[in-house]
Amino acid sequence: MTDTDRGTQRDRHSAFSLFTQQSLPACKPVLTPEWVIMTFLFIGFIFIPVGLVTLRASHSVVEIVERYDIGCVPEPFRIDKVSYIQDDSIPKNCSLSFKVPKYMKAPIYIYYQLDNYYQNHRRYVKSRSDKQLLHGQNEHGISSCQPVEVNNDRPIIPCGLIAWSLFNDTFTFIRNRAELKVNRKNIAWKSDRGHKFGKNVYPFNFQNGTLIGGGKLNPTIPLSDQEDLIVWMRTSALPSFRKLYGRIEKDLDVDDVVVVHLMNNYNTYSFGGKKKLVLSTTSWLGGKNDFLGLAYVFIGSSSVTIAVVFTLLHLLSPRH
Amino acid sequence: MARIRKRSIQLSKLCSFACCRSSSQDEHAQIGQKGYSRVVYCNEPDSQEQIRLRYRGNYVSTTKYTAVNFLPKSLFEQFRRVANIYFLVVACVSFSPLAPYSAPSIILPLVVVIGATMAKEGVEDWRRNLQDIEANNRKVEVYDKSSCSFRQTKWKDLRVGDLVKVCKDEYFPADLLLLSSSYEDVVCYVETMNLDGETNLKLKHALNVTSFYSSAESLKEFRAVIKCEDPNEHLYSFIGTLYFDCQQYSLSPQQILLRDSKLKNTEYIFGVVIFTGHDTKVMQNATDPPSKRTKIERRMDRIIYVLFSTLILVSFIGSLFFGIETNNDLSGGNYTRWYLRPDKTTVFFDPRRPAVAAFLHCLTGLMLYGYLIPISLYVSIEICKVLQSIFINQDQAMYDEEMDRPAHARTSNLNEELGQVHTILSDKTGTLTCNSMEFVKCSIAGTLYGRGMTEVEIALARKRGEQLTEQAPIDASESKKSFKGFNFRDEHIMDGKWVSEPQRDVIQKFFRVLATCHTAVPEVMGPDEIMYEAESPDEAAFVIAAREVGFEFFARNQTSIKLRELDPTSGIRVDRVYELLHVLEFSSARKRMSVIVKNPENQLLLLAKGADSVIFERLSKEGRAYEERTKEHIEKYSEAGLRTMAVAYRELDNDEYKTWEQEFLKAKTSVSADRDVLMDELACQIERDLILLGATAVEDKLQKGVPGCIDKLARAGIGIWVLTGDKRGTAINIGYACSLLRHGMKQIVITLELPEILAQEKEGDKEAIAEASLNSIKLQILKAKSQVTEESSTEFGLIIDGKSLTYAMDKNLVNSFMDLAMRCATVICCRSSPKQKAVITRLVKSVTGRTTLAIGDGANDVGMLQEADIGVGISGVEGMQAVMASDFAIAQFRFLERLLLVHGHWCYRRISMMICYFFYKNITFGFTLFWFEAYTSFSGQPAYNDWYMSCYNVFFTSLPVIALGVFDQDVSARLCLKHPLLYQEGVRNILFNWPRILGWMFNGLLSSIIIYFLTTNSITGPAFRKDGQVADYSVLGVTMYTCVVWTVNCQMALSINYFTWIQHLFIWGSIAFWYIFLVVYGSIPPTLSTTAYKVLVEACAPSILYWLTTLLVVIAALLPLLSYRAFQIRFQPMEHDRIQIQRRRPESTEYDATQRRLSESSEARTSSELPSEVRIRIDNLKASSKRKN
Repeated sequence: MTDTDRGTQRDRHSAFSLFTQQSLPACKPVLTPEWVIMTFLFIGFIFIPVGLVTLRASHSVVEIVERYDIGCVPEPFRIDKVSYIQDDSIPKNCSLSFKVPKYMKAPIYIYYQLDNYYQNHRRYVKSRSDKQLLHGQNEHGISSCQPVEVNNDRPIIPCGLIAWSLFNDTFTFIRNRAELKVNRKNIAWKSDRGHKFGKNVYPFNFQNGTLIGGGKLNPTIPLSDQEDLIVWMRTSALPSFRKLYGRIEKDLDVDDVVVVHLMNNYNTYSFGGKKKLVLSTTSWLGGKNDFLGLAYVFIGSSSVTIAVVFTLLHLLSPRH
Repeated sequence: MARIRKRSIQLSKLCSFACCRSSSQDEHAQIGQKGYSRVVYCNEPDSQEQIRLRYRGNYVSTTKYTAVNFLPKSLFEQFRRVANIYFLVVACVSFSPLAPYSAPSIILPLVVVIGATMAKEGVEDWRRNLQDIEANNRKVEVYDKSSCSFRQTKWKDLRVGDLVKVCKDEYFPADLLLLSSSYEDVVCYVETMNLDGETNLKLKHALNVTSFYSSAESLKEFRAVIKCEDPNEHLYSFIGTLYFDCQQYSLSPQQILLRDSKLKNTEYIFGVVIFTGHDTKVMQNATDPPSKRTKIERRMDRIIYVLFSTLILVSFIGSLFFGIETNNDLSGGNYTRWYLRPDKTTVFFDPRRPAVAAFLHCLTGLMLYGYLIPISLYVSIEICKVLQSIFINQDQAMYDEEMDRPAHARTSNLNEELGQVHTILSDKTGTLTCNSMEFVKCSIAGTLYGRGMTEVEIALARKRGEQLTEQAPIDASESKKSFKGFNFRDEHIMDGKWVSEPQRDVIQKFFRVLATCHTAVPEVMGPDEIMYEAESPDEAAFVIAAREVGFEFFARNQTSIKLRELDPTSGIRVDRVYELLHVLEFSSARKRMSVIVKNPENQLLLLAKGADSVIFERLSKEGRAYEERTKEHIEKYSEAGLRTMAVAYRELDNDEYKTWEQEFLKAKTSVSADRDVLMDELACQIERDLILLGATAVEDKLQKGVPGCIDKLARAGIGIWVLTGDKRGTAINIGYACSLLRHGMKQIVITLELPEILAQEKEGDKEAIAEASLNSIKLQILKAKSQVTEESSTEFGLIIDGKSLTYAMDKNLVNSFMDLAMRCATVICCRSSPKQKAVITRLVKSVTGRTTLAIGDGANDVGMLQEADIGVGISGVEGMQAVMASDFAIAQFRFLERLLLVHGHWCYRRISMMICYFFYKNITFGFTLFWFEAYTSFSGQPAYNDWYMSCYNVFFTSLPVIALGVFDQDVSARLCLKHPLLYQEGVRNILFNWPRILGWMFNGLLSSIIIYFLTTNSITGPAFRKDGQVADYSVLGVTMYTCVVWTVNCQMALSINYFTWIQHLFIWGSIAFWYIFLVVYGSIPPTLSTTAYKVLVEACAPSILYWLTTLLVVIAALLPLLSYRAFQIRFQPMEHDRIQIQRRRPESTEYDATQRRLSESSEARTSSELPSEVRIRIDNLKASSKRKN
């Protein structure tokens, strides 16, 4: 009602007035039957091929999975596997062998897979100190590492449950009596090595307590080079997970027999977890995973089905 | 003015009808007692006595907050909302180890949300503060005793007892007692626009004893004491006594000048400050408007409770499983999950006390799943509503060029309620009609004068199917000089022709009465131009009519009225002065006014005009010569929708007058409480034995576009009630004129004007009358009900008068009456009082349980406006009271159509969609957290990084929702108006009913399942990149979060129908912002960014699987809604879907043609019946909505 208001009331055709009159040029999509059918068919025609290509990629991957947690416990100990694994006096070496079903092109990735292992448990995930990992000796930043932060009044490096429970089974691969070389470098993420784990931080006071969790670390190697630790410290998303162990940079032929000598140190028996060894090639998409391809095909074909059903109903029922 | 508009003046204190004079105690006698204790020492503000009383200064503050209390007070306001309290508690607890995420990440969104609301409050309050500063620093001249002169002082420094001088066109700085003015007869004129919005001038006059003090010198000696009532909010009452010169003088509102009113037409006045600052009447009147909440908001609160219950349930389930899992950590003395160190644990994870751990975990769960409650919901809704009201205010189609008034949403929180109106209760005068009165006809001495037809007559003629004769309506072109308020054409009277009429004496007397019997004030604008300031438009119309006929009223003072008349014998215009002896003013109870004058021939005359019923019963035997014919004419006029008034006079006998005057003056100066009663009685005594002269007919013109608008609203299925004070005939005719009553509609009339009742009334036994009336009404209602039930196919119009209504409101009858009323398409309550209007409104609201909208323009509608769910004020001629009590103000009734059908519909749709969507997006997000929990043995580890989560509501999903809430349009404004039936979506609340809300919630649940399970299965397990890396916790989090952001934003894109660049920017911008955020956040050092460090750049972006998964999940999550919408639109379209498709289909021309024909026919008004197909549809809708009740 003031003069300025009046001024704005008068000018009508500016862009601003289109805005205030709520009549901006707009696109008003409507789901007409034609559009519906087109859209669903379009989704179908995109998804099914994508799914098929994905499936193909997944099928091109050769994957060998060997479970060893039970097989590596000698027969007499199988009743009480927990006391077997906790008894340091019993040697833990074990070997298994398998035949390569298909030609595997290098690089062949070696994973260990744990099941029913809650690396994503809140208590577990929190129990680390990014500060300490990067900067080393620091008494203040380690309160988050409870309950594994100090031992004998001296801080543990690396502290926390995750580091403490480091996976410590080891594998050596033999083909035709010759050892297959396993490259264990560059298995961790580059940014982790470069920016999360300090180059001048060395393990200290680690696994010196009364209760020893998992693997030990060589105190002369800086954390940024302890790739096993770095891989382990990237906590998994789900209770069943794989972690990279190394790479075999030689091709494996069909029917090659690979013998694995392994040290079965890690205790998964007390919580009923499985341990598996996985050898896998990769495609452009990654590992062997049919799910994505199947899901694509499923979504695509349901979309086509909907389109067909819709079309039929549309044609059969007259518009009122 | 702007400041005033913010306040609403309480109804009862303004309305002329109000029971202000309820107490009949002797009020003046109470002075000095409780409630009447104020003492003012005039001209002695520094005296010990005055200072001891410690009255407040004149400093005013209308702000809600001060600088000191802003923070605590506004925070307190914020945390009155239960959801905000929850978030506050969560924020506090988040510092404890219970919290699943870091404390800052939960506090930041809370601070943003609360801060935004507080900033809004702060800005509003700052504006008020600026206005206060301006008002407090205005200057006024205050008398300084030492120098005997006036000096400039700021308003805020004014004290009680100060003498001030206010000049022309200045505002009064406080409530003043008028001492003297520049006029000799110590009157002054006051404009009270800021108080009650009335633009006419009001006359105030000082006591004669103080008139001597009219110069600065004389004031030095002035000493007096005022004892008066304590500060109160009654604008039109004042009780006080002036002790002056050892005498007592009683004071009345006549001497009081109120703060914020303006001095007009007077050079200056002197006054004494009585009430200052917050004690002034206008400040006492400032109350917060009654806060109204919309149905949607109330339902939203219930949904929040549902969500809270879900939250508690989900947390409970989580903690149950957590308890079991924790318990299992210790089996048979062995610790199973040794890597969690159950041997050296805290109470939160202690397997030895799993119940405690589970309980504490339940608290963690309440925090973690808190994302089910949308934190930003309230603030987003508030923002949207404010922007929506800006659009309403800016709408050119609701802007009245003539009056330069745009629509004004005075409260922004009722916008969506506009889309759900079930019943409109409308005032008639000033709302449906213009309230610009035009003098069109008169009956003098039993002869009809004035030709031409009114709009109502034309409509009536059409109704009867008569051919319109050559008597075309009077158009503007015919009248060379057309005046507002005058539309009278008759060659027998105009241009001095009346002189040659046979009854010229009577005509002369008739117009003299019109020219003298009023309270108008002339304002001479030029040599031939006189404007009148009148209290009502009727009165102005009479004075103008008299002027046009040749009885020009051109000057008045306290004691005389001057007319310039045509002398019938000489034919010359002469000035005649009538000595004005008394004015017996108009009141709604008296329904008449009269003046006693002495004409130049020294005859004493009583000139009266008033409602026919009142005047006719006061006629003398000789005065009834024209009674029969005049009655006939009045009947005819009221049939034609005209307002009538009878005009009469009486010659007074000198002696009789003398004795009467003595008594009257005594009564007038008496200070007893029954003064008014006494005066009324005395007025009655003199107003008798009148001689009837004739009657006037004034047309209350229909407002532009009213019939069309009402027709549209009826087609939209909105019931319309008209509540008017008019006679039944007038009301019915107006009903026809504005298509409330249509051809083919059956009228049900409930009345007490039946022979048997009238007969009883003559007997006068009040109880018997009441009983008989009640029975009669009961019978009529029952009969009408059976009639309505029998003929369900016809439409009915119910007409009931005020008296019958009082009986129909009887608590035994009210239900059946309301039942009957709800089945009628139109209800007209005539002869209803303002109070009845409010009562009816409340009844309709409570009986139907639906939204009611009241629309009115005058003070008498204030009660109705405040009672209704939505009050719409017409910012018309009658003042501002209605507007100040309203929630929306529009300039014309016809804008209601657009306000409801377009803005109401849009706002309803926007807000309901917005709320549904809010719940959807938060459920989607919250449940992905829950599914992830299930895979972490319910340990309370969130799936996402803390800061992703806290940004969810604030950054990645908020703007598109706001765009939806502000801009979305299902169909364009044009189509909204073209298809009024669309409005039923709001009335039946089908966009916000429980199935729909739960449907959206279910959709959210479904989306969360799809997102979680597709993502985890696609990403985790085997390598997710060519280089053999596997997806860890952080990669899964990012992928899932990406899918959530994409899904909720695309769902939004699917469910809105209107894409401008704004929507595109907000929706796609939000998604893009997520990626930008991820890059930026991922590039800060890992000690801060933790799991987000370089996660997109290094891990996800190079992985084709990541992108393919996003595509898969988003499409899969959209499919359910998309297919549902596709099938629903095709096979069970809602009204808006139908319209959208029609707009698209080229073959719809046929349908369009019928539509066009229908709308044309309604515009042309050849057939006022609703087209049958529309009616059938409305009936179906109504039936289905009834079933739902």
